[in-house]
Amino acid sequence: MKTLLKSDQLNITLQRLAHQLVENHLSFKDTVIIGIQPRGIFLSDRIYKMVKKITGNNKIGYGRLDITFYRDDVQSRDIQVPTDTDIPFSIEGKSVVLIDDVLHTGRTIRSALDALIDYGRPKNVELLVLIDRRFSRELPVQPDYAGHSVDTILTQKVKVYWKEKDGKDEVVLIDKIGN
Amino acid sequence: MLSVKHLLGIKELTKKDIEQIFKTADNFKQVLQRPIKKVPTLRDTTIANIFFENSTRTRLSFELAEKRLGADVVNFSASGSSVSKGETLIDTVNNILAMKVDMVVMRHAASGAPWFLAQHIDASIINAGDGTNEHPTQALLDAYSIKEKLGSLEGKRVTIIGDIMHSRVALSNIFCLAKLGAEVTVSGPPTLIPKHIESLGVRVEYNVKKALEWCDVANVLRIQLERQHKPLFSTLREYALYYGVNRQMLDSLEKEIVIMHPGPINRGVELNSDVADSKQSIILDQVENGVAIRMAVIYLLSGKRETLE
Repeated sequence: MKTLLKSDQLNITLQRLAHQLVENHLSFKDTVIIGIQPRGIFLSDRIYKMVKKITGNNKIGYGRLDITFYRDDVQSRDIQVPTDTDIPFSIEGKSVVLIDDVLHTGRTIRSALDALIDYGRPKNVELLVLIDRRFSRELPVQPDYAGHSVDTILTQKVKVYWKEKDGKDEVVLIDKIGN
Repeated sequence: MLSVKHLLGIKELTKKDIEQIFKTADNFKQVLQRPIKKVPTLRDTTIANIFFENSTRTRLSFELAEKRLGADVVNFSASGSSVSKGETLIDTVNNILAMKVDMVVMRHAASGAPWFLAQHIDASIINAGDGTNEHPTQALLDAYSIKEKLGSLEGKRVTIIGDIMHSRVALSNIFCLAKLGAEVTVSGPPTLIPKHIESLGVRVEYNVKKALEWCDVANVLRIQLERQHKPLFSTLREYALYYGVNRQMLDSLEKEIVIMHPGPINRGVELNSDVADSKQSIILDQVENGVAIRMAVIYLLSGKRETLE
């Protein structure tokens, strides 16, 4: 097991991502933030708070998207009980920043795009991830904002721990075999 | 994931199963309120609705649920089929499965038919009503509707009124409500209440007025004349007079109770229009929730067939 980001590094990375978002979207007038359930929302919660603080805009649209029903592997894995989707605004014509913790094969993002489009037609969609596992993509999906890029092999796993859920902030790389 | 491969009856479900179905139904209800009421989850699944008995609501509800999950649907009804030529149940179903169908929703006049079928075929089976035995999805949507209206079922009092003897809705409801911690009383004419029903943990109260005074929710059932092969009460008028639920009766109660009916209603017999169409009634909520509940059941059973590998 190898630590990729410690608590203080993680915080600096998040600050950087939030500032990059503000750099591109300024006041967030027509931009909304949507986190992907279940693990992406810890990241999106933090980014949302930071962006709110930096811009001083308290009316930024923030939602959570569950993609369970849009997965392409429903039949080949254990059936999962879905989490909630909560998008209390229209995404029609908006810029959407989609947020997830780890980008790996790109299949989750593919599902998320399908799910998102069933809620309306956004003007454009950007992707923000904390960890980008490069060279492991199965679909042509790339992040617009990435906190940290790592080169990994298939048997490895990247795990992001959040204080809200796991009691600590840390990102680790786990070798599945021998772990 | 559910503890069962088929949904045959509520009897086999655990409390956890039921809670999981409710949680999933919450999400589908949300989907049904969107402009695009459809998800592509089961786009590689084919479901056969096999109805050996008449149905409007249940069949339509299942078909909508299946289509909104993105599944392909084939419908079969016994009238006008080879069943009238003497084909057996297993042959009929196996022939349908040979056309690569993944799941079967079946209604049958014989109690226990889905259990029999489950022993002989591999596909998942959902019981849409078998004779006078069970109607699990109806009980689930009833309990879900009560939960939605009252917040929870724990400690709530539910009276089921009417033809308890011939009603699969009653039996499934009794099992389901007991598992979720509600108390149940059954009421109606003594000829329509089975002997020893107390052994299921329910109270019996022949006086409808008293039964209504006791409860938070009254589930009024249809008089099933088609299943009554000998006279069990003298006339429908007499039944309406002594066991029918009307406005006057509800107004004389101390509290406002919730009125339910699984449909189709015999207006003026077991339920008067001034009750059925009042704001106390959640009959149309039941219908609406039916689609979400059935989507949840189908979705949760759909992953289990990958056991061959």
